[in-house]
Formats: sequence, structure tokens, C-alpha cells
Amino acid sequence: MSQYQHVFPVVITGHVDHGKSTFIGRLLYDTGNLQSERYHEMMRSSENAGRINEFAFVLDVFEEERERGITIDTSQIFFKTKKRSYLIIDAPGHREFIRNMVTGASYAEAAILIIDAAEGIMEQTRRHIWLLNTVGIRDICVVLNKMDIIEYNEKKYQNLLAEVSSLFNEFKLIPAAIIPISASLGINIASRSNIMSWYKGPCFLEVLENLEKKPIEERPFRMPVQDIYNFNGENLIAGKIESGFVSAGMKLQLLPQKKSVSVSAIRKFPVDIESAFYGAAIALKLHVTTDLNIVRGNVLIGDEEPLCGRQFPATIFWFHDEYKNSGHAIIRCTTQAVNCSIMLNQVFDPAEPDAPLSSDKICVGEVAYCIITTDSDIIIDHSSFIPEMGRFVIECDGIPKGAGIFR
Amino acid sequence: MDYLDALEYRSIFIIREAYQKFRGRIAILWSMGKDSTTLLWLVRKAFLGHIPFPVIHIDTSYKFPEMYRFRDQLAKDWKFEIIVVRNQIQLDNGMGPHKDMKLNCCTELKTNALKQVIDKHGFQSILLGIRRDEHGIRAKERYFSPRDAAFQWDYENQPAELWNQYNCFMREDEHYRIHPILHFSELDIWRYIKREELPIVDLYFSKDGKRYRSIGCVPCCSSVPSNAASIDDIISELEISKESERAGRAQDKEDLYTMQKLRSLGYM
Repeated sequence: MSQYQHVFPVVITGHVDHGKSTFIGRLLYDTGNLQSERYHEMMRSSENAGRINEFAFVLDVFEEERERGITIDTSQIFFKTKKRSYLIIDAPGHREFIRNMVTGASYAEAAILIIDAAEGIMEQTRRHIWLLNTVGIRDICVVLNKMDIIEYNEKKYQNLLAEVSSLFNEFKLIPAAIIPISASLGINIASRSNIMSWYKGPCFLEVLENLEKKPIEERPFRMPVQDIYNFNGENLIAGKIESGFVSAGMKLQLLPQKKSVSVSAIRKFPVDIESAFYGAAIALKLHVTTDLNIVRGNVLIGDEEPLCGRQFPATIFWFHDEYKNSGHAIIRCTTQAVNCSIMLNQVFDPAEPDAPLSSDKICVGEVAYCIITTDSDIIIDHSSFIPEMGRFVIECDGIPKGAGIFR
Repeated sequence: MDYLDALEYRSIFIIREAYQKFRGRIAILWSMGKDSTTLLWLVRKAFLGHIPFPVIHIDTSYKFPEMYRFRDQLAKDWKFEIIVVRNQIQLDNGMGPHKDMKLNCCTELKTNALKQVIDKHGFQSILLGIRRDEHGIRAKERYFSPRDAAFQWDYENQPAELWNQYNCFMREDEHYRIHPILHFSELDIWRYIKREELPIVDLYFSKDGKRYRSIGCVPCCSSVPSNAASIDDIISELEISKESERAGRAQDKEDLYTMQKLRSLGYM
């Protein structure tokens, strides 16, 4: 065991202008994590832009971001407390930058949802909860920002609390906490403030410190083939273990060929290893008796066969351009890449889930229940069983434009 | 899983993806610094001790003598060939890091030298050892980052990158920058160097109360006050430091957006 802990990745989401970047800048500052050079750069650029201590400038470093006062791209910053280290991922709140939000969220274990207490729940608030839920993030802490603007009004807080709770309830989610804060003034961020004596709950940092990484559940072995190497006359199968574990001598099956193989060695430089677990990028030497015709996209499995087929129901979300029903696309699931078409059954905007849209197409920010049909067999698991084997990216004209999960 | 193993496996997966997608058209940029030396080691890990593509050193001619010595020694120890590239025409014209010319100098001697080597060898992808925590601009990078023929980084239109799916669709005259150690912090790098017992240029260690925290060209690097004389000392120092890593790097500071301008022009 290492003496060091894993970094805990958290994404900050919410509607545009509800104060995400300011919140992060403030959090870093109040916990003593703002490097002096970045602090001074922030002060200097705030002054240049005619503002006072614009904490958002710590992350919004593009000239365009500062001029327009918005976050364009996702950003990541490390931060540490006495307890552990965090990776804070800032995600843009504009609908047009939703692909950057999704990129950021895909790295996170937990999320912070920020809501402007004066404005309340807005379009991106709803959309972000929906996306977080779909990418599998269930630990969400809500912060109600700009309490100073509504003069720390308890009644307004209670009303918003009820609205937020019922919104989460639609997704069968319970927020880790709902905390009244002021990012620009640093209230209830790193320490509890007395200014809202009616609020008896924890400050943000206390909640953050108690969020837990999802435990790794015991699952059967899956290793999609990434590449085949031949160094010094020895064939090796490279891949990342998406679930379970493998050890030297173990019997495996290669799909879709349905051929049995056994592991003669797990090669690692400079010394081989005896076993490897979920997340490891390894190279296997296999003992084989027949020709395997092994290629990238085949999958080595242990027990419990995954699904293998050409048609699967899925939920997708779209983040770039639009897709016309049943158009040509490529689906990328682990190392598999196959031509496919998507039959859109039910399209809607997660900001207005009760108003279904036409199923002719899906546009940026929208989601759909659909059937995906592939040109050749693909090997998957349900996303609820093995998330890594049950999620995919959709590419059109060489660009990733949507993503989803197998239901 | 051990925390350093998790960082290492993520990098190995990305290096192998890059090799799979760009076999024969890929190279690695090595500057002899701690980051790109770590990257080079990770390449050996990914390919069981081999480095199956060219190693490029962009030589501005202004590097520290210690770096040149380290370069030649490691190439011998790890048995790899180096392509050394210089923008000789600009050097002959007297290009150098003169006052108010640093942006030009970096662009000519680094960015344009890289352009020349990419054109000459037809590389379509370059592995680079940049990290997110080095600079706010680098924090916005992707693992696979496309550049057009003019080397421009279109940072407003970066493709989505999720769930280990790395976009590498080539448009005409494009190349990809691939950043396998983007997720390492400075502290992670040093902990990893310690664990793996990697060789490192001794400029990083304190002499007479000063050391280099980030190394590059002699005129544009200044040492910082430090008594850290070993890797353990450096790790202890960084665990409490509030100074940023590139505090001693001149090209970041000529004006507020120099780094953004440099990077949008194709700087590493």
C-alpha cells in the first residue's frame, strides 16, 4: 500500500452565471490552496478588466473567457485538505459548451451542483442533473449561491430547498446536502458562518470531506483487446482490465470467436506480475492451441458471458451538431468501433422532460431513448452491471457527437 | 490499487492508444526535463522496455550543459536514437531570447523547429509531457489534441473526450498532440520518479541554497531558493510549497496572455 491517497475527482456543474468558477476560486483561496503566483495573476487581470478580486479568473484563463465573463472549456485544478487531495473539475454552464461539461463530468466521482438562490432552478440545472445521473454520478452536493443577494432570507431558502428536493426526487436521487452560501464573500464554504443563524447544517468543506469514492464491486473479468505486440518474437495482447481480475494460469474465453485460452504470463516492464486487477493496463502472453485471429475489439472474458449481438436498446445524449434519425454513425464501446444506425424512439430536452420533441432528429443538449443497430457483433454488458462495458460514444464524420449507455 | 499505479496505468493506456492509431507516424518529444523523462519511461513500460518510435529533441542551443550531457548518457543507457532538431536558419540570423522577444524566440526555436521536423518526417502525432497543473491554459487541454496545418490550437472547439475514447480523426494537414501524463501533478511526478528510481538532471537539486524547479533554456530559467538536495527533500518541499512551478519561467510572464498566445500558435 502506498502512503499516499488517491485524488478524489469532483465536478462543479450548474447553470451559466450561477457562480461555478467564482466558487472554485474562492474555495481554493479559503483553504489556502491558491498558489501565490496564480492569486497575483488573478488580482492583476481582475484590475485590468475593471473588477475587484474576480475569483473566477483563477480558472477562466482564456482571454475570451475573461472578456465575456464565462467559462468556455472545462478545466481541472488540484486542491488538498488535511484529509485528502481533490481534483476539482470546472464545467461550463452554457448549452453550446455542453460537450465540455460532459468531458469534465466523465472524470468525476461526485458532483457539486451550484444554483443561484435569486434565480432558482434553471435550464442547465435540470440538464446537468440529468447528465450526471446518466454518466453514473449519484453523489451530488447542492450549494445555493448568492445568498447575500437575497439578504440571507430563510423563507426563500426553504422554498428553494423544497424545489430542489423534489427535482432530485424525480431522479430517485437524494442530494448529499443543500447548503446556503455566498461564493464571492466566502460564506459557508470552508467554515460555518454565523450570518445565517437559522442554518444549522454543515459548511461545504465538511460535506466534501465526507463524500466517498464508489466501492469497486466484484465483477467477472473483462479485457477488451487494445493491440497486439510482437517484441522479440513473442506475441502479447495489450488491454485494460475493465472489470474483475486475472492471474497467471487462469483460463479465459476470447469473444466473439468463443475460443478458450489460458494466461501463461502477465508481462510488465521491468518485472512481470502474477495478477492484475480492475483498471490495470497490461500485456498478456496467452497459451493457445489453435489460431485465434485475434484483433483489436475482441474481448477476453472470465465467467458470466456478456451480451453479444447487433441490436441493443440505449439512452443517448447529444452534445455536438445534430443527428437525423437512422443516419450513419460509428459506435465506440471500449476498444470496439463499429458502423451503426440509431433509431430514435423518444427525444426530449431534459430541461423540459414533459414536452416530447419530434423523433426526426436529436440536437445539442437533448436526450433520447433509442435502438442501436450495428453492422457486426459487439460485446457489451448492461451499464448497471459493468459501467465500463455498457457505455459508448457516437461518432459522426470523425467527430464525437453523442454518448450513451446500454439499458 | 496503489495511487501511483493508477496514474501509471492511465498513461500506459493512452500511449498504447496513440501507438495503435498512429503506428509509423508517431514520435515523442523529449526535453530531458523531469516530465518528459517520466513520459519516456512510461513509453518503455507500455512497450515492455522498447521505445518503438523516434525520440525528438528540439534543441534551441540555449539549454544547460548538464542537459546535453544527460541526454547523451540516457540515450546510451536506455539504447534509443535521438533526432536532434534545430531551426538553424533562425539561429544563424541571431534569434535568441532577447528583451521583449521571448514570444518570438519560443515560436521560432521551438514551435517552428517542431513544424520543420513534423514536415520532414511526416509525423501525424507527437507525444508530449505536459501536465494540467503546470499552467491554467494547460489545465484545459485534452489527452488527444488536434492542431491544424498552421499549428493553431482551436481551444474554443475542442472535441469531447470521455470514457477513454480519444478522437483522432485526421483532417488534411493536421496533427495530434498527445498528452499521456496530463493528469500527473508535479508532486506525483516526483513521487513516481522516486518509486521508479528514474535518473534525473541534477539541476533540480539544490546547490548553494538554490535549485531549478522547471528547466529549459538557460537565459529564460531562474532558480528558486531551496535547500532540497535530494528527491525526498523535493517531495517534502512541494508538499508545503505555495509557489507555482513555473515561477522561474520567463516566457509565461511577458504579458497576461503570453502562454495562451504561445499555445494557440502551436507551442508545447
